[in-house]
Amino acid sequence: MSYGILYDATLCIDCKQCEQACATENGLPYDDKIAEQNYTSAHKYTTVLAKDDKFMRKLCMNCDDPACASVCPVGALQKTALGPVTYDKHKCMGCRYCMAACPFSVPKYEWDKAVPGVRKCIMCAPRVAAGKPTACAEICPTGATKFGERESLLNEARKRIQDNPEKYVPHIYGENEVGGTSVLLLSSVDFTNFGYRDDLTQRALPMYTYQVLSRIPDFVPLFGVMLGGVYWITHRREEVAEAEGQERHNDGKGGAQ
Amino acid sequence: MTLSMPATKFRFTFWKGVFVVIMLAGVYATWVRFRYGLGASTNLSDQFPWGLWIGFDVMCGVMLAAGGFTLTAAVEILNIKRWHSILRPTILTAFMGYLLVCAALMYDLGLPWNIWHPLIMRNPHSVMFEVAYCVMLYTTVLALEFSPIVFERIGWTWALQAVRSVMIVFVILGVILSTLHQSSLGTLYMIMPNKLHPLWYSPLLPVFFFISSIAVGLAMIIFESSMSSKYFGRELELPILRDLGRVLIVVLTIYGILKFEDFFHRGVLKDIFIPSYEQRFFLLEIFLSVLIPLAMLSFRKIRDSAQGLYFAAVISLLGFVTNRLNVTITGVENAVGGRYSPKWTEVVITAMFVALGFAIFGLAARYLPIFPEEKAHAPARKKPEGVRSEVPELVHAGD
Repeated sequence: MSYGILYDATLCIDCKQCEQACATENGLPYDDKIAEQNYTSAHKYTTVLAKDDKFMRKLCMNCDDPACASVCPVGALQKTALGPVTYDKHKCMGCRYCMAACPFSVPKYEWDKAVPGVRKCIMCAPRVAAGKPTACAEICPTGATKFGERESLLNEARKRIQDNPEKYVPHIYGENEVGGTSVLLLSSVDFTNFGYRDDLTQRALPMYTYQVLSRIPDFVPLFGVMLGGVYWITHRREEVAEAEGQERHNDGKGGAQ
Repeated sequence: MTLSMPATKFRFTFWKGVFVVIMLAGVYATWVRFRYGLGASTNLSDQFPWGLWIGFDVMCGVMLAAGGFTLTAAVEILNIKRWHSILRPTILTAFMGYLLVCAALMYDLGLPWNIWHPLIMRNPHSVMFEVAYCVMLYTTVLALEFSPIVFERIGWTWALQAVRSVMIVFVILGVILSTLHQSSLGTLYMIMPNKLHPLWYSPLLPVFFFISSIAVGLAMIIFESSMSSKYFGRELELPILRDLGRVLIVVLTIYGILKFEDFFHRGVLKDIFIPSYEQRFFLLEIFLSVLIPLAMLSFRKIRDSAQGLYFAAVISLLGFVTNRLNVTITGVENAVGGRYSPKWTEVVITAMFVALGFAIFGLAARYLPIFPEEKAHAPARKKPEGVRSEVPELVHAGD
């Protein structure tokens, strides 16, 4: 069973209680200054963006088949069966491939620390494992952020669009983006207004590299035998040439035949 | 010193001064990096998690070491005996290149003391995992390929014979690992179809990285041989370099045609002619790496002359360095919305590794039997005054 978050921007009132709850849950500082920051960072995993009277949350999408977990050489990032994409600093070696690979540029780095780690929303993995909703969903006073099973959230999102087609853009962001994400977004205005790209592939990103990587075990023995064969031929040719030269010399012939 | 060379007095010269300044600045930058972290020592950010150290020190470092596998494949596997005399300096360049890449990685990794983690924490779906194993294994193979030079120097005949008897296995392993490693640096970017600009993002990225590494390997041998002849008073292996120049023409042409076909089939040929930030950098790259060198080498006079070959090779090298930097930095700038340029500490560390590369090569060339017909060239090495005044820091750096 996989859980997810449905954020309906039309219900959001920009109270920023989700930001506050997220900070508390993750032991991060939160004050008026941080509340004003309209971007996510190593100390702010979610933010509510405002444009005119429209709002939109930013948080880790917790992809179904996440690029970050796929590219991590040591498996520090993991997609859990329950939905959250978690991070283990004890495994991490700090190559930052996750940051480069993430299509949403979600993972942030503790640049100012001598012993840095990757920081991002992990969809409250410990809470979800304990059967509780995420902190942001629990605190949300209007139900704009809702926690539940991804499938039922998806159905609900479809129903909301169907019932009020004039209220929403006909797009559930996260349904198919990069193969689908645990976080689903609804909005009354185009998602690109808030920096969500509408040109993302619908294929799961890990397949792009796995189609190359999966060939390697086949490639190595074949290429090895090929190189060995070439070595054999080129050196054998030499031995033969030498031996023939010797014979010709013995026969008193020599020269090409 | 256990050397037969005459001891010389320490003389301070311009290049030695430059070397000392770079090293001192490098030590300070190292302190900043490890005491205060990546934020204080680099212009890296959440937008640009990879910068100069990945783009140049790692991407270009590995690429510039490609002569090692190119030449061992040609000499040991294809059995082209004529090229044997330049094998050792080429393996030295490759081995040193990989050691410097490993050292540079220790600066770039956020938690460098965890660099061994891929040994026990495996994620075979990660290209970086493949890269990590290629770096580890190929550096080991290069050490083994390099070991006969050391064994010969210290007179361990038994070890020399032991290594030589199994050398072909390591040679084949080295070619396989290099093929995987060079191409995997391109595969790294295949997971970013929506981040890397279409002028560079292609399903053929691993192929381009591999073919260009062969071109760079050849160009690097020409560059390194020319430098050796200039600064170590060695006779230039012009006939070999002429051969390599001709092979370079073929490889560059294959690369160029494949680039064209790739652009054609992906429908981005028009992007080459539409002015943009990326387009300017792409034109710079393609002219330097392929078009200008090919135009130069198409003249017999140039491809037969030592100087012509040298300049064609250097221009091509600069072009492929531009290519790697374009993939790492230029190609993603628009997608992440920003511009990246390195901080001075980043530049200093990179300069330190380049300077170390020259210095280590100079030292190894002096103290190890790198050049096979050493005895024949003894006279040239016995009059070091002229040689040393030219690039003394290379020869003296460790004295």
